[in-house]
Amino acid sequence: MNKPLRRIAIFCGLLVLALLIRDNWIQYVQADELRTDKNNRRVIIERYASPRGNIIVGGQPITGSTETSGSDFKFKRTYKDGAMWAPVTGYASQAFGATQLESIEDGILTGNDDQLFFRNTLDMLTGKKQEGGNVVTTLNGAAQKAAYNGLKRQGGKGAVVALEPSTGKILALASYPSYDPSSFAGNSTTTDTKAWTKLQKKNNPDDPMLNRALRETYPPGSTFKVLTAAAALEDGLYSEPDQKTNTPLPWIMPGTTTPLKNEGNIPCKNATLRVALQYSCNTVFGKIGADLGNDKMLDMAKKFGFDEEHFTPVRANASVFSDDMNDSQTALSSIGQFNTAATPLQMAMVASAVANDGKLMKPYMVDELQSSGLDPIEKTDPEELSQPLSPENAQKLQSMMETVVEEGTGRNAKIPGVTVGGKTGTAQHGENNSENPYAWFISYAKDSDDSAPVAVAVVIEDDKAVRDDISGGGLAAPIARNVMEAVINSKK
Amino acid sequence: MSSTNTSHSATHHTSTIGAIGAPSRRNTELALLAFAVVIPVFAYANVGLAINDSVPPGLLSYGLGLGLLAGVGHLVVRKFAPYADPLMLPLATLLNGLGLVVIWRLDQSEKLQASRTFVEAAPRQLMYSALGVAFFVAVIIFLKDHRVLQRYTYISMAGALLLLVLPLVPGLGKNVFGARIWIQIPGLGTIQPGEFAKIVLAVFFAGYLMVKRDALALASRRFMGLYLPRGRDLGPIIVVWAISILILVFETDLGTSLLFFGMFVIMLYVATERTSWIVFGLLMSAAGAVGVASFETHVQQRVQAWLDPMNEFKLSRQGVLGHTEQSMQALWAFGSGGTLGTGLGQGNSDLIGFAANSDFILATFGEELGLAGVMAILLLYGLIIERGVRTALAARDPFGKLLAIGLSGAFGLQVFVVAGGVMGLIPLTGMTLPFVAYGGSSVIANWALIGILLRISDTARRPAPAPAANPDAEMTQVVRPS
Repeated sequence: MNKPLRRIAIFCGLLVLALLIRDNWIQYVQADELRTDKNNRRVIIERYASPRGNIIVGGQPITGSTETSGSDFKFKRTYKDGAMWAPVTGYASQAFGATQLESIEDGILTGNDDQLFFRNTLDMLTGKKQEGGNVVTTLNGAAQKAAYNGLKRQGGKGAVVALEPSTGKILALASYPSYDPSSFAGNSTTTDTKAWTKLQKKNNPDDPMLNRALRETYPPGSTFKVLTAAAALEDGLYSEPDQKTNTPLPWIMPGTTTPLKNEGNIPCKNATLRVALQYSCNTVFGKIGADLGNDKMLDMAKKFGFDEEHFTPVRANASVFSDDMNDSQTALSSIGQFNTAATPLQMAMVASAVANDGKLMKPYMVDELQSSGLDPIEKTDPEELSQPLSPENAQKLQSMMETVVEEGTGRNAKIPGVTVGGKTGTAQHGENNSENPYAWFISYAKDSDDSAPVAVAVVIEDDKAVRDDISGGGLAAPIARNVMEAVINSKK
Repeated sequence: MSSTNTSHSATHHTSTIGAIGAPSRRNTELALLAFAVVIPVFAYANVGLAINDSVPPGLLSYGLGLGLLAGVGHLVVRKFAPYADPLMLPLATLLNGLGLVVIWRLDQSEKLQASRTFVEAAPRQLMYSALGVAFFVAVIIFLKDHRVLQRYTYISMAGALLLLVLPLVPGLGKNVFGARIWIQIPGLGTIQPGEFAKIVLAVFFAGYLMVKRDALALASRRFMGLYLPRGRDLGPIIVVWAISILILVFETDLGTSLLFFGMFVIMLYVATERTSWIVFGLLMSAAGAVGVASFETHVQQRVQAWLDPMNEFKLSRQGVLGHTEQSMQALWAFGSGGTLGTGLGQGNSDLIGFAANSDFILATFGEELGLAGVMAILLLYGLIIERGVRTALAARDPFGKLLAIGLSGAFGLQVFVVAGGVMGLIPLTGMTLPFVAYGGSSVIANWALIGILLRISDTARRPAPAPAANPDAEMTQVVRPS
């Protein structure tokens, strides 16, 4: 009977071997996949197991953590001025996951990032509890406050983005209406779920959780003329701001019988670029677009950052300039209508590149990642994205934009003793322009040493205001001025 | 053991046989037992430190308790079965001790405490373990010779059937989560008769096959290249098997069904030494599996859950009735444990919820002790099985061989079915991991099983008794039976 016994022994050995192989498969080969599976509750248990690191603005944390009980999550995220900072922080909710900085820098904030491995190992050996690191942002508290309060006072939906032109640092990033991420940071089915449900778009037509500064594209309207002017200068179509352009009035769009209209009775016939920008002449810039053609305009738009997503590291939607337009469509697009659409960040990048003598810097909002012991782990260096126009042409464009604020439609943005350049925009939208237009303003301010510390883009979509009252100069420029002032004052 | 026997008979075959046989190895057993007690005590302290930052207050009594159980077991073996296998008792003690620690660790989970059905399982399991060791001791003391069991072949058959039918008796049986495998005894709690039926059925198969094996192996007809035994030899055994399978289908306890079937095929193969039995057995099992799966939605669901545990998890989350997220939770527990595990008391295997400390207890080992720990546990089981098979090889009588291989084969299959189910290697069937999982019937029955195996190994390794003084001894050569 021993022969079959030996065979059974081998069979039992094979059973055990099969178990060992399977164990290696799930605990070694597939371990990482299973461990980080988004449905694996351990991922969020880990996220809230220790006090989460903070997101820091100007040396002060804008987030916090409190100890909670009653669930397997030890800590809960808290926010200071949550609604104001929500477009920057995003949220970290026990029940609803995390977004934006809270999600992108989750590894640092929880302390699980590979870059902290050495420190964590040291901590483990010395018996110290693992703590999350901090995310130091580039934002400017005063500018953010000016931006958010400005939008709030206005009461309509809108967004503000402010950049430091020389580096690309994001100084302000506001969206209104906003939401307080504290309200659903926990996992209570009564309070947190209720707050969350109320904020969803289907229950709240204002969609407060939409980050309008990065994720919404608007027709840029006349603010796009700055880009068209840049294209005209770079191409050499017109080389001087005060050179007469070749623009008949009325100007019939090529291939059509439709004249392109100007807003009101303004001196646009053969107007110089400076005058055309000052009065916001549709005919002059529409014709420049048609003269340069789709390809050249698209090329310039791309150099300014259109047609691609930007990662700040929070993702910003791509702004649109179409690539298959005829001349009349190109003309409309060159004055910021037709299919052209831009995020507020994109228009701030346009103002920023002009102010930075033609050099476009990559926008970013994370300055530094720190360990829990405040040692720097990673620092972001400013990075050049492109050079859409030469320094000489940039300076010409600056002088034109400054005229707009001194004598043109942007007078509301004037700051005493400071050189300000800007451009207003009032973008039509809706079927046959039936809906209230968007009010835009993009601008920059210059220090006494001629360097520009701030460039801003403001957009307001106000369905409550009387249609005629909506203009970039009226609604948006005062907010831009306050933001620029806040940045300049904080430098002093 | 077989090697010592051969060398022994080679050197002494012409002389009278003295009482000096294979070394008893009792001291080896004692040394190993010390480790088997100390390791779980350290693990217990480890859990306490991880969860409460303090050494658990019950550490001393727990250590003494486990030590006492092991000590009593050892002394009884030393006295009544001195030549028994030295490894099985320490291995069983170690697994039982580690199981207790992990059950206690899961008792500390707030998540499980919040459940309506929560009871502190560790004290009960300690009591069951004591009962189990008592059964073990009783088997060693009262079962002087395993061949006595041979007398009870047909009583065993009746007993096994009775045990299996009990859960179906109205008023006695208890349906827990779709499986009718428990009986409720007022004042005593619930018993899972299937665990005991496993041993009793092995006794019956061994006794029956020993008598009939020649008939089964030789008096056969050739049919399609296979040797089929005569109906009158095979008939009774097929009937018993079919009845046990049918009962199990009605009780929807497929793990035990698979276990009995496997045990049956293994013993039949060993008894007849005919490979055709393996083929025949596999065909029967395939037919049985397909047949059962075609009408049992319970089985179909288990197979679906095995093929796509993530989908099962999602269905369960959507609140679809009859689906459970446990399989996926167990896989996540294993994956999150990784190579070295989180350390005892620091994992989140309580997410598995219901049955975390019984059917799914291996997942907690997986998460907290990691790949390394689970491999060690599996090798411990492998060693027990190996010692069981060795006992079968060393046994001198066919009944002992059959019983030993039946019991160790069943033990091995049970480990495979449970561990494979929890790790997602095969569809999940509700069974308990021997010695480790929470459950009185399982612990008690497995201690009894180890007791029987030790008894067989003692008989096998014991030196043959010195023959009575024989005046003809000088002239007679004694040939040792081997």
